[in-house]
Amino acid sequence: MKVKVGSLFLLSLCAVIAYLTYNTYGNWSFAFALRGRRLLAFGLVAIASSFSTFTLQTMTQNRYLTPGILGLDQLYVLIQTVSFFFVGGIQLLSQETTTMFLLSILATALLGSLLIGFFYQNKGHHLFLLLMAGMICGTMFSSYSTFLQVLMDPNEYDMLQGRLFASFNHIHTQHLLWAAGIILLGSLCLVFLIPELNVLHLGSRQSVSLGIPVPFVHRLLLFLIALLTGTASALVGPTVFLGFVVVTITYQVIPTFRHGWLFLGGTLIAFLLLVFGQFFVEQVFGWTITVNTVIQFLGGLFFISKLILERKKG
Amino acid sequence: MKRISVFLLFCILMITSLFVGTHELSIAGLLAGVPEAWMVLVKIRLPRTISLVIAGSIVSLCGKVMQHLLQNKFVAAEAVGLSDSARLGILMVMLFLPNGSVLLRTAVAALFAYLGVLLFLSISRLLPKDNPMMLPLAGVMFGNIIGAVSGFLAYRYQLVQNVSSWLQGNFATITVGQYEWLYLVIPVFFLLYFVTYEITIAGLGEDVARSLGINYGFLRMFVLGLVAFASSIVLLMVGQLPFLGIVVPNMIGIFFGDHLKNNLWLTCFAGSSFLLICDLLARTVIAPYEMPVSVIAGMIGGSLFLGLLFWRQIR
Repeated sequence: MKVKVGSLFLLSLCAVIAYLTYNTYGNWSFAFALRGRRLLAFGLVAIASSFSTFTLQTMTQNRYLTPGILGLDQLYVLIQTVSFFFVGGIQLLSQETTTMFLLSILATALLGSLLIGFFYQNKGHHLFLLLMAGMICGTMFSSYSTFLQVLMDPNEYDMLQGRLFASFNHIHTQHLLWAAGIILLGSLCLVFLIPELNVLHLGSRQSVSLGIPVPFVHRLLLFLIALLTGTASALVGPTVFLGFVVVTITYQVIPTFRHGWLFLGGTLIAFLLLVFGQFFVEQVFGWTITVNTVIQFLGGLFFISKLILERKKG
Repeated sequence: MKRISVFLLFCILMITSLFVGTHELSIAGLLAGVPEAWMVLVKIRLPRTISLVIAGSIVSLCGKVMQHLLQNKFVAAEAVGLSDSARLGILMVMLFLPNGSVLLRTAVAALFAYLGVLLFLSISRLLPKDNPMMLPLAGVMFGNIIGAVSGFLAYRYQLVQNVSSWLQGNFATITVGQYEWLYLVIPVFFLLYFVTYEITIAGLGEDVARSLGINYGFLRMFVLGLVAFASSIVLLMVGQLPFLGIVVPNMIGIFFGDHLKNNLWLTCFAGSSFLLICDLLARTVIAPYEMPVSVIAGMIGGSLFLGLLFWRQIR
């Protein structure tokens, strides 16, 4: 396992160097600044998506889930829209935007974990309900956002748009440091919770008998998942299936239940995927496709093939 | 009694829809025979109301039928990759036959939608049977694959804005000469009515249906073909109408039971009423401008659906 993770680490190091130095046309410092920031954002997104997906899958004991399906990114968009709508964009822009950023991420995490917490109760398996509610919330939140955006003053809408539509091509780097802080803090909390996660892997009944305060831990984990996912989508927009793809690959590469290794390997694999994807988009396809499309396509294919493979096994 | 009230609500909403809009239209004006008033009524309001009624009823009916066939309360045309496949078909027509007629577009979209649903069904046989959430989840994933393909094509040929703008459900553009293709779905109502008993029995599961003498395979192909055809026409003429196919049939199911034949017309009327309410709101909220009806439908439908889930949870 150490060998595998070590070679993953080496691979990502190579990818970083290749990405930073290929086709810079001599203008190295410019390319470095531009691509370095992007790499930093990739690293953060890799951490956030792999940590949150492993945690969600472990606590729900379902290998098909991904936090992106819970509608958290749409919730973030809605919160931004609502704050623009009721406070007014000009006033908001004149204020300190960092506090706004932090507040909306916090609001996303709180509201998201409240919503998820309501639908995910420990009596019986309400996972189905949780998923349905998440998917509905996604569509509903985006409808509400569109509603308010249509009502909005066009000038304010322009500003809002500039703020909202983050993607891998258009990473929001202005709050990179704060986002880095939040993601590192959240993932650090998860690192401290690794022993609990390892036990939760056995199922909530066993965990209770092994002395884990399951309801409390579940709520804490949900909050952390919402926090990580919200921050990641504030940086690069929705990445619905990234977590799913990464986790599926990681379980293939390092078949273990120890979350320390899983977190480490998953982050490296996510990072590798993102850097390679971006490299291909930039250098091979010449910006004719987006990383999101690639992830979406791959994620769907992975999902279906996983279904078929599991079926054959069982 | 409840049934009559649904019908009454439907009638009231239909008449209201005729008289609400930017241009003032009064009964007195119509009675006095003002030509302008009649023109507004015949050329704008009547087509709009008719298309609302048709679209609302066919979408909710298709949702109901799909829920019976797939034995899952939470599927509708949008949740099994049908709309995504239809969209891919329309994109193909835009790319390769840009001058194709509406009929051609509809035919290609319906063909793609049908193929997409069949493909999804063959995948869905692999799903673990004990878990009801896997079907909608797999549907979303399947829709995503198809969506990624059309997303790639649209991005490549700069059609993203074009595609997303006409996918927004909107009745504002409907006038005489723009909506008549919707009449093509009317035979679908009767064809579906014809096989309601069979669909109800099919809702009990494939084995039961077979043992009761239903040609299950044929029935499924037939019904899904109809659903694909009707949904593609609505998608082309109007756009996407989120939640309509899930919320209305579930509400009807809660209040009136799941017997398809008894509730077929009720489902249709309720679907139309829901869409009429949404469109009335879309017309009045920011009058004299209009809101896309899909936005209102997403808001109201989503809230209702969530309320439904909450209610069940609390009980």
